Amino acid sequence: MSSTPTQTGTPVQLPKLGESVTEGTIGAWLKQVGDHVDKYEALVEITTDKVNAEVPSPFTGTLVQITAQEGETLPVGAELCVIDAGGGAAAEPVEATQHEQPASTTASEMPTATSAPPSDHERSPRPTGPDGALELLRTRSSPAVRRIAEEHGIEIGQIAGSGIGGRVTKRDILQFVEDQRSAPVQPATAVSTPTAPPVMPARPESREPAPAPAPGQVEVYEGDTVVPLTPMRRQIAEHMVRSERTAPHVTTWMEVDMTRVVAARARVKERFTQDEGFDLTYLAYVIKGVVQALHDHPNVNAVWDESRIIRRKAINIGVAVGLEDGLIVPVIRNADEKNIAGIARAIRDLTTKARENRLSVDDVQGGTFTVNNPGTFGTILSTPIIVQPQSAILSTEAIVKRPVVIDDSIAIRSMMNLSLSLDHRVLDGLAGARFLSEVKNWLERFNPESSVY
Amino acid sequence: MATKLLIEAIHDTLVDEMRKDERVILMGEDVGARGGVFRVSADMIEEFGDNRVIDTPLAESGIIGAAIGASLNGLLPIAEIQFFDFIHSAMNQILNEAAKIRYRSNGDFHCPIVIRTPYGGGVHGALYHSQSIEAIFTREPGLKVVAPIFPADAAGLLRSAIHDEDPVLFLEHKKGYRAIRDEVPANGHVVPIGKARIVKSGSDATVISYGMMLHESLAAAKALEEKGGGSIEVIDLRSLRPLDSETILESVMKTGKVLIVHEANRFGGVGAEVSALISEEAFAWLDAPVMRIGGAEVPAMPYTKPLEAAYLPNQQTIGAALEKLAAF
Repeated sequence: MSSTPTQTGTPVQLPKLGESVTEGTIGAWLKQVGDHVDKYEALVEITTDKVNAEVPSPFTGTLVQITAQEGETLPVGAELCVIDAGGGAAAEPVEATQHEQPASTTASEMPTATSAPPSDHERSPRPTGPDGALELLRTRSSPAVRRIAEEHGIEIGQIAGSGIGGRVTKRDILQFVEDQRSAPVQPATAVSTPTAPPVMPARPESREPAPAPAPGQVEVYEGDTVVPLTPMRRQIAEHMVRSERTAPHVTTWMEVDMTRVVAARARVKERFTQDEGFDLTYLAYVIKGVVQALHDHPNVNAVWDESRIIRRKAINIGVAVGLEDGLIVPVIRNADEKNIAGIARAIRDLTTKARENRLSVDDVQGGTFTVNNPGTFGTILSTPIIVQPQSAILSTEAIVKRPVVIDDSIAIRSMMNLSLSLDHRVLDGLAGARFLSEVKNWLERFNPESSVY
Repeated sequence: MATKLLIEAIHDTLVDEMRKDERVILMGEDVGARGGVFRVSADMIEEFGDNRVIDTPLAESGIIGAAIGASLNGLLPIAEIQFFDFIHSAMNQILNEAAKIRYRSNGDFHCPIVIRTPYGGGVHGALYHSQSIEAIFTREPGLKVVAPIFPADAAGLLRSAIHDEDPVLFLEHKKGYRAIRDEVPANGHVVPIGKARIVKSGSDATVISYGMMLHESLAAAKALEEKGGGSIEVIDLRSLRPLDSETILESVMKTGKVLIVHEANRFGGVGAEVSALISEEAFAWLDAPVMRIGGAEVPAMPYTKPLEAAYLPNQQTIGAALEKLAAF
């Protein structure tokens, strides 16, 4: 339907943003209705479960209608906006749509119907123009839908709407309830996909997999600030809840004597900075140790798949990178093929790209194990949440000098804790302890004279 | 069961009730010798005589005033206002006297009159012969207002109206008189005032209507269903006051979507009251705004045919609204 020119413009559709990406969440609109846009100029930010991207305008014209609203999750091919290339004629042909949009009913005629034009004092005070009213329709759910959502503890945002402007109708939510009933093992997966979304490795205090309260259930008091969810926040939340619900987490800790690693790094770090242009981090050493341990313990480099366990050949290490409004976990691919310097460079590259919002889909896909580094902020213990569908995650804590008893004498050593959460469906405590002690041994026996290259 | 036109069902019920109860009388302009301008009371003066079928002067206020007086003295008068459009002359008698006597006299007196009147357009009647001004009366707490459009309902509600102890405004759609033919149960059939009827059951949306628009709505609902556009429930209000809130709300709770259709203009109309009732009592069941379709918001029904057609809702405009509602 939406591939035909509507009104006086041509629809722009959500492009395919990468392999295996089937949908995207609308971020901020960079252009507003009425703005002139040049060909290739960025129109809107799109967040997938992997990356952020900007959709460029396929042609020059004027933005006449914004169809997709911020926060909406839409399939590839869905209409984003309408651009008038001038003179009301359709611009270059656009790709045929893969997603049916409701007919282009204009909002002004929608909420009421009459065989005659309304008189002046009948006109309702809703926002003028199709966009305002459509946005209201899309973002406000009907009382019936809200009631049903509350009764079933459903977050309305996760349902694909079939009503006008993508509104979730009563029929949509009843169908969703029905679908959930017939597939009770997969709660809240309507939007997220099962591969590595952004993740927050620090575990919330409660272990209870409580369902997210529907909006409006929590009372807002005077003076409170209500913060709408960003697409990233929503995805983190959905992913964390899913991981906690599906994977029974067990967390163990080990103390590691990092004195030799500290010495090794101290020996080369100045030269490294000069040669490479960035600092050598402890994290690179730890990841190298993790990679070695994964190589020897392939049972940890594995994925739970309901009826089976898949041991991954590739060792791809996800590294959690904190951002202003969330977290993302880019992946060092084939980390077992890199030396310490190579790992350091990969961390550096991915972190920079993440902060500059330049990560590609491939940068965040395919992780087999995740390392998180809250220690830089001084933490000494964590209970990280596993990035699904991996089966373990490691947090490196702060390195601190402590008095340690060695052979009945007291020495000052650089000590660090490692926190390992594992999926108890895949691994037992013993396997986790063995893996962790291998990482520990590798780090403690590190030769300070060895090269990072 | 006999099949009758709407006008025949009304005529036959009048005759039946006048035969059964001597207190029932009929009065109005041309109801006697002429048998009524629409022939509703044809041949009745011959059977019941001019003491019980009374031709009155052209004075609506007098007709209603005399009916009120007769009712207070023990009769059961049926006053015919020749066209609903002429009723304004009798407004003081209806609103200030008939509707308030029971309350004003603390229950010592009551006013069991029926005011019958043809209403509605689509018959090329223009300003003075087309009006649907029922909302003026439905807002009056002391009045009952009914608007049956099926012959059986007309018979049953007329019987209830005649025996009601208080004034009832009985609206007869003049286009429906000879357009609607349906089965009518044998004499004695009663339809209680204040009960709507689900004419067609459905699950996706509810159309609430009355009068000739009920038939347009029914046709639109059936056409939409044949196109696969959803299952539409159609409710005939039959009684405009009191409203059958139970039937209305039950249907809304089932379908979640409502379209109200009447020939009268929307502003302050019966549909506005129904809409308010729904949003007050069934808010949590609504899946779309309550929609209304009504006659054009202009002072009168136009005379010229194209404009008369444009004024009135019809199957197409109702169908279009239903499609929007279904897609909402």
